Amino acid sequence: MNAEQTTTPKLIVKNLNFFYGTERALKDINLTIPEKMVTAFIGPSGCGKSTLLRTFNRMYQLYPKQRAEGEILLDGENLLDKNQDLNMLRAKIGMVFQKPTPFPMSIYDNIAFGVKLYENLSSHDMAERVEWALKKAALWTEVKDKLKQSGTGLSGGQQQRLCIARAIAVKPQVLLLDEPTSALDPISTAHIEKLVDELKKDFTIVIVTHNMQQAARVSDFTAYMYLGDLIEFGDTSSVFTNPKRKETEDYITGRFG
Amino acid sequence: MFNLYARRRFINGLSLTISVLAMGFGLFWLTWILWTLLVQGLPGINWSMFTESTPPPGSQGGLSNAIWGSLLMTTFATFIGTPIGILAGTYLAEYGHRGWLSPVTRFINDILLSAPSIVIGLFVYEVYIVKIGHFAGWGGTFALAIIVIPVVIRTTENMLRLIPNSLREAAAALGTPQWKVISFVTLRAARAGILTGILLAIARISGETAPLLFTALNNQFFSNNMNEAMANLPVVIFQFAMSPYDDWRSLAWAGALLITFSVLTLNIVARVLFRQKANTH
Repeated sequence: MNAEQTTTPKLIVKNLNFFYGTERALKDINLTIPEKMVTAFIGPSGCGKSTLLRTFNRMYQLYPKQRAEGEILLDGENLLDKNQDLNMLRAKIGMVFQKPTPFPMSIYDNIAFGVKLYENLSSHDMAERVEWALKKAALWTEVKDKLKQSGTGLSGGQQQRLCIARAIAVKPQVLLLDEPTSALDPISTAHIEKLVDELKKDFTIVIVTHNMQQAARVSDFTAYMYLGDLIEFGDTSSVFTNPKRKETEDYITGRFG
Repeated sequence: MFNLYARRRFINGLSLTISVLAMGFGLFWLTWILWTLLVQGLPGINWSMFTESTPPPGSQGGLSNAIWGSLLMTTFATFIGTPIGILAGTYLAEYGHRGWLSPVTRFINDILLSAPSIVIGLFVYEVYIVKIGHFAGWGGTFALAIIVIPVVIRTTENMLRLIPNSLREAAAALGTPQWKVISFVTLRAARAGILTGILLAIARISGETAPLLFTALNNQFFSNNMNEAMANLPVVIFQFAMSPYDDWRSLAWAGALLITFSVLTLNIVARVLFRQKANTH
C-alpha cells in the first residue's frame, strides 16, 4: 500500500488505559484508525491487541472486573461515554471472533437474528438482506439450497463466513475481526483474507492476528503492540520493510515472540 | 527399559481386572433385581391391569386408578416444577455473577437436592394437608414438584455453564439485549441437556413413595378429583406388597415392573437426546 493515500479517521483512540481488576493491560494508547481501510494489530500473546479490539465495542462490559479509561471517538463521538447506548454502538461496530460462533438455529435465522433487532423488514426484504449478506461473505453459492438447515452443521470455514455475514447483515460501519482465521485451515484462511480485501470497500476493518504474513497480506496499516504499549503504528509496508523501532524489527524478523 | 514396561503392563492388567470385577458385582445385583421383577411381575401384566381399579382382597382387579393418579400427579408436578427450576437455574448461570443471592440459592438448592423425600412429604403434610383437613392429590403434586425443582435447577445451571462464553459474546456483539441472548441463544443451545434433566426429574419422582404417603395417600376408586385422596402406583405397591393376599401381591409386582420399565424408557430417551446434542455441537 502506498503511504500517500489520503485517509479519513474513523476511530480515534486517546489516552486509553484498560484494567483487568488492578492489572493495567493497556497503557496510554493513542491511535487513529482510518475509514474503509484494514488496520491490523500484531504482537506476541498477552500484548493487549485483543483487549484493545474489545474496547471498541465495549465487549469487556460483560465482565464485572474489567474497565477502560480514556476516550475512543467514533466519528467524533466518545463511545466510552456512560450515556452511550451500548446496543446501538454494537449495531455500528460488528465483531467476528476467533472460534466460529454460529447460533443454534438455521443458516437463514443466523443472519436474520441480528437484523430483526434493529429493523422491521417484510419477509421479502429480509430474504433479500440475507442473500445480500451471504453474497458479501462469499457463502451464498455454498448454502443457498440449505438455508433452513442448522448453521452448526457447516464446516469451520463456512461457519466463520456465516459469522461474518451475520455481522455485516446489520450494516455496521466498523468490523472487528479477532484472530478470525486462527482456527481455520489454509484454504479457508485464504477465503477469509480475500473476503477482507473485498469488504474494506464498504467497512472499516480492524483485524487482530497472530500471523505476521497475514497482517502484511491484508492490512493497509499495522500497529505493533508489546506488553500493553503501542510500540509502532504506521502503514503496513513501512512497518514491515522499514520499522522505526528496534523492538518492531526484532518481532517481525522473528527474533522473538 | 524392559522392566518398566513389564511393570506398567502388570499394573494395567491389575487395574483392568479390579474394575471389571467391580462392574460385575454391580451388574450381578441389578440383573438379579430385574430378573426377579420380570419373573414375579410378568404373570400379573394383562389388559385388566390398565382398565380395572384396585380390587378388594380376594377379587379380580387392576391398577388403572393408581396408574391414572400417578400420571396426573407426575404431570402436574412436572408442569409446576419445571418452569421454576429453569428460571432459577437460568438466574444462577446467567445473572448471578455478583452479590450473595446466587451462592446462597445454590447452597440451599444443594440441600434440597439431597433432602430425604420423606421430609418433603412431612413438610407438605404439615403446611397443606393438615390445613385443609384431608388427603389430596394436589398435596402429592406439591410434594413431587418440590423434588423436581432442585433437579431442574441443577441441570439447567450446569447445561448453561457448558455453553461457551464466546457464544454469549457473539450474540452480545450484535447488540442483542441480555434477555434475548438468553432466551434465543444460550437456552436454545442448552435445550437438549435441559430436556434430559427434566426427563431424569420425572423418572426420579415417578417412583417416590414417601412424599405421597403423607399427602395423596391412596384411593380405592378411580378419581379425577385432585382435591381428594388419590391412588398412585408407589403407595399401592407399598400397601399391596405388604399384604397377605396373593392377588394383591401379584398386582404389586406388576406395578413395580410397570414403574421400572417406564423409568428405564425415560432414561433411554434422555440418553438418546443427550447424544444427539453431543453430535450437533
